[in-house]
Amino acid sequence: MDQILANIGLLFEFPIVNLKIILDGIMVGALFALAAYGLALVWGVMNVKNLAQGDLVICGGYVSWWLVQHGFPALLGVPVAFVVMWGIGWVVYKLVISRVIERDLFTSLLATFGLAIMIAQILNLLFGSDTQSVDLGYPTLHFADGLIDLPIAKLIGVLMAAVLATGVIIFMKSSRMGQAIRATAQDARAARVMGIDTEKVYAFTFSLNSAICGAAGAIIVMVWVIQPFYGIAYSIRAFVIVTAAGLGNLPGVIAAGLGIGAAEQYGAHIFGIGYQQAIAVLLLLLVLLFRLIQQRRNRQVLK
Amino acid sequence: MTKNKTVLYSLILAFTFVAPFAFPDFGTQLATLWLMIIVALTWDMTGGQMGYNSLGNIFFYGTGMYVASLICIGLVYDVGDYTNAAGGGIYKFTDAQYFGGLFLGVLGAGLFCSLTAVIIGYLTFGLRGPYFAIGTLGVAIAAGELVSNWDWVGGGQGIALPVYPGDLDTGKIFFYFLFAAVGVGVFVFVKWLYGTRFGAAINAIRDDEEKADAMGIHTLRYKLYTWAMAAFFVGMAGGISAFQLIHFEPLESAYQTINLGIFMVVCVLLGGKGTLWGPVIGAILFHVIKEVTWNYFLGWQWVALGALIVVTVVYFQDGVMGWLMHKHPHLFGIKVEEKTAGETE
Repeated sequence: MDQILANIGLLFEFPIVNLKIILDGIMVGALFALAAYGLALVWGVMNVKNLAQGDLVICGGYVSWWLVQHGFPALLGVPVAFVVMWGIGWVVYKLVISRVIERDLFTSLLATFGLAIMIAQILNLLFGSDTQSVDLGYPTLHFADGLIDLPIAKLIGVLMAAVLATGVIIFMKSSRMGQAIRATAQDARAARVMGIDTEKVYAFTFSLNSAICGAAGAIIVMVWVIQPFYGIAYSIRAFVIVTAAGLGNLPGVIAAGLGIGAAEQYGAHIFGIGYQQAIAVLLLLLVLLFRLIQQRRNRQVLK
Repeated sequence: MTKNKTVLYSLILAFTFVAPFAFPDFGTQLATLWLMIIVALTWDMTGGQMGYNSLGNIFFYGTGMYVASLICIGLVYDVGDYTNAAGGGIYKFTDAQYFGGLFLGVLGAGLFCSLTAVIIGYLTFGLRGPYFAIGTLGVAIAAGELVSNWDWVGGGQGIALPVYPGDLDTGKIFFYFLFAAVGVGVFVFVKWLYGTRFGAAINAIRDDEEKADAMGIHTLRYKLYTWAMAAFFVGMAGGISAFQLIHFEPLESAYQTINLGIFMVVCVLLGGKGTLWGPVIGAILFHVIKEVTWNYFLGWQWVALGALIVVTVVYFQDGVMGWLMHKHPHLFGIKVEEKTAGETE
């Protein structure tokens, strides 16, 4: 308890620490937002709640890590992970996801949970259970007497995340396929009537989601560490963000992602790093309860 | 028919009694099988019969473990000192202290879990479908993370309980019969429950909650009671597990979200959701498959299990009972009129 109070006191004593925490939070949050955006896409378009989201992220991270182990430049990992994970996403879609779209939501939840276990275990068998990371070899910038340190690698990571997000947004807004995806999300049956091949749209959407996750993972491996079993943490955060922001609300997803990143960093600072995972999950419960109370006011339930 | 059933039930009961003596090498396996049957049957109470798919029933298992061991330890020693000892201190339990602590602990675990089920249920039963599943999964994960940071109950190290006083084989049989007693109890209880008005009410909630509500069923109360009953049995099973395992820690053995927490759901789906025998058959099938993969695909066992989950959920969701019901409806008292298209009365 004293430790917690001391940690809170520190925040007021050195206001600059707040800036550091918020900066860290935004950097983490940007990557959470990417995974969450993919989840919202799949959830909105084909009504599949993908619990394997985080494992796709970690998978992408390992693609990039493997490339670096074989002597390729680290920055190449991001586009390669995007492409490779696109392929993996397509295979996963054809094998599993395409068969659960029409079914009730618990089916998709459970099927993707099984998928998550499989992906994590296969990664564990292939690469071992050690934590891995890629060192870009860039220096770290220091501000405010060393209280704030800003590794250039993290800056590059956030920049890449922003580029990727912008690219996806432009794609969804202006391309023919993006329009078809949005049409299918609004009303799949009407889209079929209008001549859209919804099966193709679904396959494309899931592959795109997987590719976004893969790129996010490739960024994460440059900035933090990955481990085969870290996936569930990212899945949970993606769920927190999407539940908080709602579907089809991209600015909301980004804002919620950054906010949750910052909230988690504050929580880890105040309660200690051991509670970081617990804080992410408790945030999910808080968001669910908050939404529930909101709905109850209208005599509705959260479906 | 009823005579056949009596014979069948007596045979199963007789087998239950003979099994640990007939297969002494599999004592622990058989006990685990009963554990699977208990958690599958109780999961089906909410999942299959009431339509609330919880992924967080493992919360009650873990909580049951902790409550039971804390009661057993707390009756004799100071819990903080005990968990702090890290093998250094010497803490002896007499036979009376051990068995008294065990029975009080297991019972207390059941009651405490019922209470927490009511509290958590009150907060989460407004969530429907997948949100309920995610919310309860969140509760289980959060509980595991918080407990592993709570030093008073041993933190990430977990708790080491006293060993069964007496020789090892008797201990195995003792725990087998504890699990079997709870298992038979659960089965008899749910068999009776599903035949009552209460069973009809929770089925109505599964089929259409709004209509059930409109018909005057106090749905929230029914949901809370059902979950509290399920939690009671899971908590007791968790308490027994704690004494059987002797040493447990929070994330891998108590709040084992991705192991037992997901296995119980797969058992039910494999056997057939919303049926009396489905969870039992599913638990037996799943346990056998699991042990076979563990023995013959070592290293790949988890991948095989993940694949089993995916295949069961995607291709075989009605389970064994659902498949039987589809193939041989007359076995279930369903009459099918043989009629071809176009034929009139």
